[in-house]
Amino acid sequence: MNITLKVWRQKNAKEAGNFVTYRLQDISPDMSFLEMFDVLNEQLIGKGDEPVAFDHDCREGICGMCSMMINGRAHGPTRGTTTCQLHMRSFNDGDTIVVEPWRAKAFPVIKDLVVDRTSFDRIIATGGFISVNTGSAQDANCLPVPKDDADKAFAAAACIGCGACVAACKNASAMLFVSAKISQLALLPQGQVERESRALNMVKQMDEEGFGSCTNTGSCEAECPKEISLENIARMNREYFMAILKK
Amino acid sequence: MSSKLNAKIPGGPMDTKWSRYRSTVPLVNPANKRGLEIIVVGSGLAGAAAAASLAEMGYKVKCFCFQDSPRRAHSIAAQGGINAAKNYQNDGDSVFRLFYDTIKGGDYRAREGNVHRLAEVSRNIIDQCVAQGVPFAREYGGLLDNRSFGGTQVQRTFYAAGQTGQQLLLGAYSALQRQVGKGTVKMYSRHEMLELVMIDGKCRGIIARDLISGKLERHFGHAVLLCTGGYGNVFFLSTNAMGSNVTAAWKAHKNGAYFGNPCFTQIHPTCIPVSGDHQSKLTLMSESLRNDGRIWVPKTKGDTRHPNQIPEDERDYYLERRYPAFGNLVPRDVASRAAKERCDAGFGVGASKMAVYLDYASAIERYGKSKALQLGIHEPSAEQIKSLGKEVVAEKYGNLFEMYEKITGENPYEVPMRIYPAVHYTMGGLWVDYELMTTVPGLYALGEANFSDHGANRLGASALMQGLADGYFVIPYTIGSYLSQEIRTKAIPTDHPAFEEAEKKVQGTLDKFLSIKGEKSVDHYHKALGKIMWDKCGMGRNKEGLTQALAEIKALREEFWQNVRVPGGLNELNPELEKAGRVADFLELGELMCLDALNREESCGGHFREEHQTEEGEAKRNDEQFSFVSAWEFKSVGSWELHKEALDFEIVKPSQRSYK
Ligand SMILES: Cc1cc2nc3c(=O)[nH]c(=O)nc-3n(C[C@H](O)[C@H](O)[C@H](O)COP(=O)(O)OP(=O)(O)OC[C@H]3O[C@@H](n4cnc5c(N)ncnc54)[C@H](O)[C@@H]3O)c2cc1C
Ligand code: FES
Repeated sequence: MNITLKVWRQKNAKEAGNFVTYRLQDISPDMSFLEMFDVLNEQLIGKGDEPVAFDHDCREGICGMCSMMINGRAHGPTRGTTTCQLHMRSFNDGDTIVVEPWRAKAFPVIKDLVVDRTSFDRIIATGGFISVNTGSAQDANCLPVPKDDADKAFAAAACIGCGACVAACKNASAMLFVSAKISQLALLPQGQVERESRALNMVKQMDEEGFGSCTNTGSCEAECPKEISLENIARMNREYFMAILKK
Repeated sequence: MSSKLNAKIPGGPMDTKWSRYRSTVPLVNPANKRGLEIIVVGSGLAGAAAAASLAEMGYKVKCFCFQDSPRRAHSIAAQGGINAAKNYQNDGDSVFRLFYDTIKGGDYRAREGNVHRLAEVSRNIIDQCVAQGVPFAREYGGLLDNRSFGGTQVQRTFYAAGQTGQQLLLGAYSALQRQVGKGTVKMYSRHEMLELVMIDGKCRGIIARDLISGKLERHFGHAVLLCTGGYGNVFFLSTNAMGSNVTAAWKAHKNGAYFGNPCFTQIHPTCIPVSGDHQSKLTLMSESLRNDGRIWVPKTKGDTRHPNQIPEDERDYYLERRYPAFGNLVPRDVASRAAKERCDAGFGVGASKMAVYLDYASAIERYGKSKALQLGIHEPSAEQIKSLGKEVVAEKYGNLFEMYEKITGENPYEVPMRIYPAVHYTMGGLWVDYELMTTVPGLYALGEANFSDHGANRLGASALMQGLADGYFVIPYTIGSYLSQEIRTKAIPTDHPAFEEAEKKVQGTLDKFLSIKGEKSVDHYHKALGKIMWDKCGMGRNKEGLTQALAEIKALREEFWQNVRVPGGLNELNPELEKAGRVADFLELGELMCLDALNREESCGGHFREEHQTEEGEAKRNDEQFSFVSAWEFKSVGSWELHKEALDFEIVKPSQRSYK
């Protein structure tokens, strides 16, 4: 396949960026999208140019590190797929593909396609946990959990924290990410004790980080590579209002 | 045995060693803990668990990882499950059985004392994780579900669909972030440790590079814990994440930490085969798939029919044939070699002929029938059975099937998967004693980075167990033995000459990379090294190949230092510069692995020396001469001294492993 790439190049957080066009020939349809970038970078290095910086690690769709806006869509055209799991067979010979970083105030660009997502870590640090010190747990089977609740909690916990939801949202809202964690823990008996403080603290931190508000457009769910459900946002809103009422 | 190699296994009967150790190990009082600083490098299962637990206890902790968030450590990718001797299935499991299976599975090359402790604490791990909200799979009664894994005959594996590592790591990450929020852990993400700092023979800190600004930083610690994962990426293609590397462990090695059993690598039998030269990594299909899937090749050489067209009696279910007792559930080393044997003999399938089938048709039928029965459907049609069966299989393995389809473009519910072995895990690592301390005082190694518990072959679902055991339940006790002696040591200012010197050394190496301005990319050298390692130090090894490999690696390393091209600058985000450092270390490690493999004139576990096999092609150990851990001391680049830690077996008497 022959592909034309328009890639966002930006030296660092301070300097302005711009699109640069590259042409690639003989791309195999079996290549992953990131392997196609490996080929590009190998060519750039060969020419003495600087390769394109992008985040990636597991290349299996689970670490949440890869993060490219491809033709205006977070992680590209295939539903339920991370950038690293996207394969060139999803494109056509002769296509022009535009690749940008996640764009959001709370995700400043570091270089090229690499952004800073530490805001997510800070949100988790305010309440995305159950306070249980090592060694103080009771026997695991003392606490039966209905299978249905366990399955729902798992579905929420499957979030990989990539930030596609934020990138896809016109308001750059982090509601899907935050609600997935709040839901997981609210659905489990272990999470009940800190239910209210968790919702209040995490929402507060989310706002402080500069994420936008949710206007129910649903593009987060549509672009989420793990297909995390909007139901979580409804659950989080319930959790939050219950907590406010009790305050 | 060399004096430095004191494994410090406590005395007394096997099943009381750990409890006695815990009751007698010196403690550090709470006020003193506040004054003691611990550096944890790595935020995978081992690192995150250790950092969180030590901070909960009151120590001051700094934690480092090279990814943008601690949650992205390679542990996140583990799929199948985690073992624990809970015996919730009432199928005869016990601490002793888990201990026994691990020693046997490791082909009698692990330490009994460590392994027994691991089996004991395995139970606490599940309790801890459930309390943190880890959503393990459950049965309809609300209790925890289990599955079986290779190398065992009981169901002791806890799982969360095919994402067990993710869920466990997110549990440990949440515990870690809780401490970060409290200010007891300071997290340094996008930081890479590049050197240790040694003062008066003890490890006292690290030099780390801030990967965004490129600046070098000095960090002091009363103790340093390396939880930096395995080195499977020395083969270039492996199931490890792209960034997994040996650098932290290698710097420790060059500062005096012995490297244990470097040649013990695990080749996992069920991975998606290589599709072309562009391949950047290999994807594992979890071992749990062998639970229900059946592995086969055609009985006729070069059979090119579509797999669904090959009738039952023309298929060779070679694992079931060769190993009737364990069938498809033989340990990984055995399954991998059996696949290689069939492919080398010309029975392989797929375009490359380097693959075997993993077939779910009969599992789909079996599950379909039982589901129909559950639903009260008495005479289900074949279609109904198939569709119900697919539902059950999707619930158990759905994400793995999806992943397979995404990568290969084929639907595994309809067509058998094609699989081939790939490098997956490294049993070798920094030598540690019972307390997880390396031969460098104050320097510890946890998780995959150490060599300790899996001998020559790791059983499935035991790495997660070991990482969390080390981090949650072992180091919090054992570190007291050292730190109780350090309560009078004040934090050492980082303008100490030792810090200065260590930083200079790192700076020198970084400058050198950028100044070579050669012709070939870092990846070029990494791929070349990987090919040597896979061909000559992979699934089958022999004297001739290893001797060649030693010479080839040396030559490649020399060329690398003459001709590598590292673009970009120092004081910026520069992924090529990061890779250059890692590959430079792999180029030294690869040589040691071949040396170790050459030295070990026997076959055991994942180490298969073709000269040493039984008539049936099984690994032939040589207990008389090789019942020891190889612990290599670094002398200079390309030169090592071998020390041997003899292995004594009190309980499990070594015999030839049989899974027949
Ligand atoms: C695909 C796959 C599936 C697996 N499935 C299973 C399974 O089902 N069951 C099982 O038991 N095991 C499984 N394993 C093995 C298991 O996942 C690993 O052995 C285990 O997770 C390793 O954990 P760790 O904490 O030791 O290291 P890792 O999780 O690899 O973490 C290493 C950490 O060290 C950091 N680091 C490394 N070097 C540096 C440096 N120089 N400076 C700063 N930070 C550094 C990294 O950033 C990272 O945070 C699987 C492995 C793979 C590859
Ligand atoms: S690289 Fe890990 S999810 Fe894409």
